Amino acid sequence: MAKWIPLWLHKLGSPPTFYRFAGAVRPWAMGLALLFGVIGLYGGLVLAPPDYQQGDAYRIIFIHVPSAWMSMFVYAVMGVSGFIALVWRLKLAEVVAMESAPIGAAFAFITLATGSLWGKPMWGTWWTWDARLTSELVLLFLYLGVIGLYHAFEDRRQGARAASFLAIIGVINVPIVHYSVVWWNTLHQGSTVSIFGHSKMPWEMLWPLLAMTLATKCYYAASLCRRARTDILALESGKDWVREIAQAEAAR
Amino acid sequence: MPMNPTRKRRLTLVIVIAVAAMLAVSLVVYALQQNMNYLFTPSQVQSGQATQYKTFRLGGMVKAGSIQRSKDSLQVTFTVVDAGGAMPVEYTGILPDLFRDNQSVIATGHMDGARFVATEVLAKHDETYMPKELKEAMAKAHADAKVKEAAAQDKSP
Repeated sequence: MAKWIPLWLHKLGSPPTFYRFAGAVRPWAMGLALLFGVIGLYGGLVLAPPDYQQGDAYRIIFIHVPSAWMSMFVYAVMGVSGFIALVWRLKLAEVVAMESAPIGAAFAFITLATGSLWGKPMWGTWWTWDARLTSELVLLFLYLGVIGLYHAFEDRRQGARAASFLAIIGVINVPIVHYSVVWWNTLHQGSTVSIFGHSKMPWEMLWPLLAMTLATKCYYAASLCRRARTDILALESGKDWVREIAQAEAAR
Repeated sequence: MPMNPTRKRRLTLVIVIAVAAMLAVSLVVYALQQNMNYLFTPSQVQSGQATQYKTFRLGGMVKAGSIQRSKDSLQVTFTVVDAGGAMPVEYTGILPDLFRDNQSVIATGHMDGARFVATEVLAKHDETYMPKELKEAMAKAHADAKVKEAAAQDKSP
């Protein structure tokens, strides 16, 4: 391993260390997710004022936008770990990439479903083939493709590498989803929240949105920890350290 | 960064294939930009850019005061405008909640002479959200500023 990687990060890449680390992180991440979720939903559904144009109907934004961000964020994580899995053949990177896919697919599905529910009363249609909606649908299909390809192989590590490849190629869709509203004339409006510029939303609407973003991020961390732990046990099922854990569980 | 030859080969291979795929997709996206437009504006239609399409989408703002509803049916006529053109639109059916004067709309349909007959009318909203009171305060401030401006102009000879 290269010298520039710190020792703790190097150690974290080993399955038993990550198993313990993820076990310690998971309850904290889940607790924070619940806390931010409750604060964000209360702020968004109760405290935030109605919109001048859409009234109370805009409040679905507090689910829709954080899910949309996560559907792209999880894809980026999957792409980076897929890249590490392909080049360095790190077992943990394969686990992270493959266990992220179902979570990201769920976020993409929630984005499309809530967008559809929002689109019917406001725009007048459940669905339209504009660039933003279509590219988000492609993102969902990419997730499903990665999951399907992974499970199509007899050997799980071979499957993980093939699916990682698809994940890397699909990363190009993430900027397309983000910039679709800029590059083409779409029915979907442009971005409201911008990191570097001025957000087109007052603070009393913005903070619940940011709280929900933190909630979804923490939920992803918690869910990934749990999924990765289970997967690591299956992957290392023949190893001594797994046997020790199994015996300790059986003795309880 | 010291790397063994196998990893180096894998790294190169993965990067080359990923870059090639991304280049291909970028070229497709670039090509689609020319002809993947979701809608035409009234001025684009009037300059003949939509003549090759039998049905297409017309996008623009509903001209204030142009909405006329039929008394005994769901028929509505209104004018869609953009910076350089206006187009009369006819539609029969239920309109979305946001349909009103000065709202951006997207109508799907075909040309019937100089008139656009829509089969579907969608409302487009912008990315700005604000409380109702703030919007009213801003509209008032804007109106006040205009009055002041007019007053200032009157004073100068």
